Amino acid sequence: MSEFKSGSLTATNIHLAFGSNKVLRGIDLHVPQGTTASVIGPSGSGKSTLLRVMNRLIEPDQGDILLDERSVLKDNPDELRRRIGMVFQQFNLFPHKTVVDNVSLSLRKIRKMPKDQAHAKAMDQLELVGLAHKADARPGNLSGGQQQRVAIARALAMEPEVMFFDEATSALDPELVKGVLALMTDLSKGGMTMVVVTHEMGFSRNVSDTVTFMDGGVVVETGSPDELFTAPKTDRLKGFLSDVL
Amino acid sequence: MDVLQQFLKTFFDWQAMGQVVPQMLTVGLPNTLILAASSAVLGCFFGLILSVMGIARNSALRWISRIYTDIFRGLPAILVIVIIGIGLGPILRQATGITNPFPLAIFALTLMAAAYIGEIFRSGIQSVDRGQLEAARALGFSYGSAMLLVVIPQGIRRVLPALVNQLIALIKDSSLVYLLGVTATQREIYRVANDSAANSGNMSPLIAAGVLYLILTIPLTHLVNYMDKRMREGKAQKIEPDEAAALVGKGGQA
Ligand SMILES: Nc1ncnc2c1ncn2[C@@H]1O[C@H](COP(=O)(O)OP(=O)(O)O)[C@@H](O)[C@H]1O
Ligand SMILES: [Mg+2]
Repeated sequence: MSEFKSGSLTATNIHLAFGSNKVLRGIDLHVPQGTTASVIGPSGSGKSTLLRVMNRLIEPDQGDILLDERSVLKDNPDELRRRIGMVFQQFNLFPHKTVVDNVSLSLRKIRKMPKDQAHAKAMDQLELVGLAHKADARPGNLSGGQQQRVAIARALAMEPEVMFFDEATSALDPELVKGVLALMTDLSKGGMTMVVVTHEMGFSRNVSDTVTFMDGGVVVETGSPDELFTAPKTDRLKGFLSDVL
Repeated sequence: MDVLQQFLKTFFDWQAMGQVVPQMLTVGLPNTLILAASSAVLGCFFGLILSVMGIARNSALRWISRIYTDIFRGLPAILVIVIIGIGLGPILRQATGITNPFPLAIFALTLMAAAYIGEIFRSGIQSVDRGQLEAARALGFSYGSAMLLVVIPQGIRRVLPALVNQLIALIKDSSLVYLLGVTATQREIYRVANDSAANSGNMSPLIAAGVLYLILTIPLTHLVNYMDKRMREGKAQKIEPDEAAALVGKGGQA
């Protein structure tokens, strides 16, 4: 039972360098429709960069990106990004706009929805994340957890086929992490295709369908949560898990 | 006449002041405000263009913005006003028949204001967190829309105090227009006072002009301080507890 018009996402042989710093060195990632892939790995291993390359905030030096089995590298990148929602560690809500305007802005300006229709849809999205009562507040007056749920609502309003989460709970106080993880879990169970970069090993293990362990710009291991967490094959993953668990 | 009396007579001759004040208010004040306000508005418009060029990915645009800014920030205002106002005056008259010196005076003031305001906007826009542009682009906005809808409005908000400072500078700099040939009704505050002082051989009209400038600029200065203070305090906002966290996510726990 899928609530979302989600699609599959595939990245093949992605290479990217910042100057002489080779950050991604031949990454392959396949996320079947309606599944959740979590990406784990030490800081600096290229996880954030991989997400940014896959929605072409950064253009890859080499490799291909496929959405629903069709290469998107020749498409207009703005149009690709409309099909992929992204949630950031620092929320990145627009502080000069109210909560509901944060959600409705893209509907009005990109989807060209009339104002009241965009507002109504934004309110529905806020309802979904439990924050309709904060519609007229400024993001700065919300807790971190509330801000992140608004950011999720903002991304969902565009009806993306895939959602990216880049350490969505890492900037939150511990007591606020649960609400955001629960919302992400709902999305995952609801059939959204998701790529979740996370340090929350509980989420990675219990919610995601596949886990990918990155280190030094390459995929070191990938498989089911059970395979990676109960039977890690490489020393690098064993070392990483013993550090974070 | 002793020294004190002469001092008072030179600077605080109430009669001389009283004579100049009506003209200063009905002729000088509106003209000063026209000069300052129009060059402020035009300066903001061209300053915004300069600032966007200054951060463009295209290096030719960046260079044009840089060179323009360096030139017009580096020249004395009096030089620009005389070169433009007196130098271009006859050419403009020949080309269009316009004899009013205001268009050229406003043009000269705008050229300089745009350079300063462009730098103010650029620093404001560049102070906006990179994540804002990234978030807007991730939603599917083009670079231009993301800048226009998300980044620039925040950048400008932050530099409003500096912008008001620029308006204060323009009110003062508009006095330099006295150098251009103006008719009696085209005189701004300083020129009105200057003429009156020259006629009477008395400085008091200039003191009156000074008071009028201060009446204009001191409230603006305090507005700047007030805005600065509000922005600083606005940063420390009250964070509420996440009471709604418990309401959502019945779907499960990680
Ligand atoms: N915009 C950038 N310019 C230059 N180097 C960058 C940029 N973004 C990331 N890097 C570098 O790329 C490497 C991987 O970073 P990142 O993808 O953020 O890793 P992770 O998210 O796994 O912590 C780091 O060495 C970082 O310094
Ligand atoms: Mg990262």
